[in-house]
Amino acid sequence: MAFACIHIRDFLVQSMVRAEPALVHCAIALISGVPPLWNVVAANPAAFQAGIQLGMTKSQVVEFCGVQIRQRCESQEKTAHAALLDVGWSISPRVEDTAPDTIVLDLDGLTLLFGSDENIAQQLERRLAAVGLVPRIAVASNIEVAIHAACGFSGITIVPAGEEFQRLSSLSVHILSAGPDVLEILERWGVDTLQALAALPVLQLSERLGQEGVRLHALARGACTRSLVLAPLVTRFEEEMELDDAVEELEPLSFLLGRLLDQLCTRLEARALAVHAVHVRFDLESSFENDLQLLKDDTRKKTATKRYAKTLALPVPMRDSKLLLKLLRLQLQADPPLAPIQKIMLAADSSAPRVVQSGLFVPYAPDPEKLELTIARLAKLVGDSNVGSPELLDTHRPENYRINRVLASGERAKNLSKTGVLPDTEQRCETRKPMAGFRAFRPSLPVTVELREEQPVRICLQGLHGDVLAASGPWRSSGDWWQEDAWDQDEWDVAIDFGASPGPRGQITNSWPQYGVYRVYCDAFRESWFVRGFYD
Amino acid sequence: MAATSLATLRSKLECDLRGRVAAPFTYRDRNAGDVVSIGIPEIDSFVGGLPRGALTEICGPPCSGRTSLLLSALASRTADGEVCALVDARDSFDPHTANAAGVALKQLLWVRCRNIDQALRATDLLIQGGGFGLVAVDLSDVPSQTVRYVPLNAWFRFRRAVEDTPTILVLLEQEANAKTCASLVLRLDARPARWSEAVPTHGEDFVGYPFARLLKGFAVHTEVVRSRMAPAMDPCLDHRFGARNASGKVKIFETRAMWSDFRG
Repeated sequence: MAFACIHIRDFLVQSMVRAEPALVHCAIALISGVPPLWNVVAANPAAFQAGIQLGMTKSQVVEFCGVQIRQRCESQEKTAHAALLDVGWSISPRVEDTAPDTIVLDLDGLTLLFGSDENIAQQLERRLAAVGLVPRIAVASNIEVAIHAACGFSGITIVPAGEEFQRLSSLSVHILSAGPDVLEILERWGVDTLQALAALPVLQLSERLGQEGVRLHALARGACTRSLVLAPLVTRFEEEMELDDAVEELEPLSFLLGRLLDQLCTRLEARALAVHAVHVRFDLESSFENDLQLLKDDTRKKTATKRYAKTLALPVPMRDSKLLLKLLRLQLQADPPLAPIQKIMLAADSSAPRVVQSGLFVPYAPDPEKLELTIARLAKLVGDSNVGSPELLDTHRPENYRINRVLASGERAKNLSKTGVLPDTEQRCETRKPMAGFRAFRPSLPVTVELREEQPVRICLQGLHGDVLAASGPWRSSGDWWQEDAWDQDEWDVAIDFGASPGPRGQITNSWPQYGVYRVYCDAFRESWFVRGFYD
Repeated sequence: MAATSLATLRSKLECDLRGRVAAPFTYRDRNAGDVVSIGIPEIDSFVGGLPRGALTEICGPPCSGRTSLLLSALASRTADGEVCALVDARDSFDPHTANAAGVALKQLLWVRCRNIDQALRATDLLIQGGGFGLVAVDLSDVPSQTVRYVPLNAWFRFRRAVEDTPTILVLLEQEANAKTCASLVLRLDARPARWSEAVPTHGEDFVGYPFARLLKGFAVHTEVVRSRMAPAMDPCLDHRFGARNASGKVKIFETRAMWSDFRG
C-alpha cells in the first residue's frame, strides 16, 4: 500500500500567483489585518531574501523596492484548495483533505493505470502545474511519512518501504505537528532533528512529555500509522476573483473571465467532467449616491452589496473555455451590468461530457457547441426572443407557438423504418400534394369589410379596394373567456380580386397582387376586421 | 501558325499541371449533380431538385406559391434528419402551417428579423456557423426595390460560403437579384384558387350562411429562369458555361389546403 502526499509550499502566495500569473517571478508579500494595521502574513522566498519578515507592517514593506504587496484573499485560497483537491481526485478516488495546503492520496491499485509511483508523482506534478500550483510530492507506504517527506523535501520524493527513518532523519522537528511548548522543550534539550528525537528513549520521553512525546517519537521513527480520512466528493466548481480596482469595460473583464474559465475548465478536465451551466455573479461597486447617503446617515447599516447574476445554460455539456468565454461575452453585451465590477464569481454545474458516436450515415447537422455560439450571436443581432425553434402550444388560440432555444439535431432515427432504411422522399411525396403555404402579418392588418347576407363581398385593405370572388367561413373560434386576453373570432378565407374593382390604387399596388387568397377575421371583442395573412 | 502555338502552349500547361489538376481546360461546375428532392415530384422531375452547395432563387409575386415550395423543401430536408434554418426578414413564417406541411419544427432554426440588413447579417452567421442542410432566406415581403439595392457581392459571398459544403441556400424574393450567383432560379405564379362546391345549408344554426365551401388549394406555375444543374429533363437547352437559358419552360404543381386531409 502506498500513499502520495501533495504539499503546496507558501500556499497563500501560490494561490495569489495562481490568480495573477504575472507575479510568478516577483517577490511577493501578503498583508492582512484591519486597516490601517496591515501586517505581513506570508511571503515567498524572493521576498524573504529581500529582507521581508513576517509581522512587518505595510508601511515597512513599502520601503522595500521590487516587493509586490498584495492583500490576502481567502476566496482565492479556497479556489486554489479546491483545484488541489480536483487534481487529487483526478488520480485517485480516495483523497484526504489534510490541510488547506496538503492532501494525501491512496495510490493502492493505481500502478496498473499510471505505472510506477514515480510516474504517478510526475503525473500529479504536471496536472498541478496546469492549475497553476507548484507542488512538493512524496510517496511512501505510511501516511505520516508521506506528509513529512512532502513538507520537508522539495520536488518529488519516493520513500521506499523500510527506509522511512533513514529518509526522514535529517528533517527538522518543526515539521512535526507539535505544540509550541513541546517544540520549545525539545529545543532546550538540543533536539533539532528527527534523528535526534528518535534516538531518545521512549519511556523517559513519555515520563517528561506524556503521550504527546510517545506520538512524536513514533512519528520521528516513521512508525506511526493511521487510516485515511476520505474527503467528500465535490461536483460544483467555483472560481472567484476580487479586484483592487473595479472593472467597467467589457474588454478587460473578458481577460479576467477568460482566466477564470481556463482554470475552471482545467479543473473539470482533471475530473473528466464538462459543464452544462455556468453561473456568473458580480459584486458591483456601490454608486456615489449610495455612499453619500451612508455618510449622511451614520446610524444606517451598510446596505447589501449590489449584485449582478447571470446563468449561461448550455444545451450540451462542454469544456471549451474559449467557446464559453464567447458565449458569456455575448450574454454580457446583451445585458451589461449597470455598475463597475468589484468581484467576479464563476460557478459551474458539472456533468458527464458528451460522448458522440460518429458514423458515415449520420445526417448533416451543426456541431452543438458551434450551434450554441451561432444562436447566441443571432440572439445578439435580432433579440433573444426572436431566434430558436418554434414549438406549437396545445391551444386553439391564433399564433399558438413559442420559441425554444434548444434545437434538435440528428433526429433521423425517428424517421427510420424497422429495417433501418429511410422512406424514399419521392415515395413520400408521390401521394400527397404540397401544403399551401401561409404567410402571417404580425400584427394583423386592419381591414374594412363590406358584408352582404353575413358574407364578405368587398374589402378595403390599406386603401386598396377589392371584390371578394369566393369566401369560406365563418370559422369560429373562442377561448380563455375566464382570462383578460380572451379571444372570439370569426375567420374567413377569401379570394380577392383587387384589379376588378374601382377604387384608389396607391403606391402599395406593387405590394399586393391583383388576385390572392387572404385570411380575414372579425374580432368580436374589438368589433373590427383584420387580415391575418395570405396564402402563398 | 497561331493555332499551332496555342496548341503547344496548351499541351505545355497540361504537362506542367499533370498530377495536380486533372483537366485544366475542361469546365467543371462545382457540386454538379449533387441535388436533393424539393418534395414535389413534378418539380423534382422538372428541375432535378435543389442543388447542394449552391444558391437557389425562388421568386414571384405575393400569393404565387413561393412559401408552399419552401415548406415542401423544408419538410423534405427535416424528414431526412437535417437541421434547417429560416431567416425570416419580415416575421411572416407561420409555424402552424409548416407543422401541417410536415416540417419537423424541432429541427428548424427560425430567425425573426426586422429588416433586410438583419436578415443578411443573420444569413452570414448561419452560413459561417455551418452544419445546416438548408438555409432559407425569406425576403418575400421585402419590397423588391429594397432587395435590388443589396450589392451583388453579398450574393457572391453567400454563394462562395456555401460552395463545397452540403448546405442548400434558398432565397425567396419577388424578383431574381442574385444574377449569375444563383445556380437555379425558379419563377412562380399562382392560378386562381380551387374551392369546393358550395353546399346548401339548412337549419337554424345556418341562418344567414346559406352556403358552405372550403378552400381546396391552388395551382402554381413554375418556370425555370436559370439552371446550372445537369440536364435532367430537357436536352435542348443550352449548356454553355454551365448555365441554361430555360425561359418559357413551365411546369404546374397543385397545392392543397391544410384541412384537405380531413375532408378526404
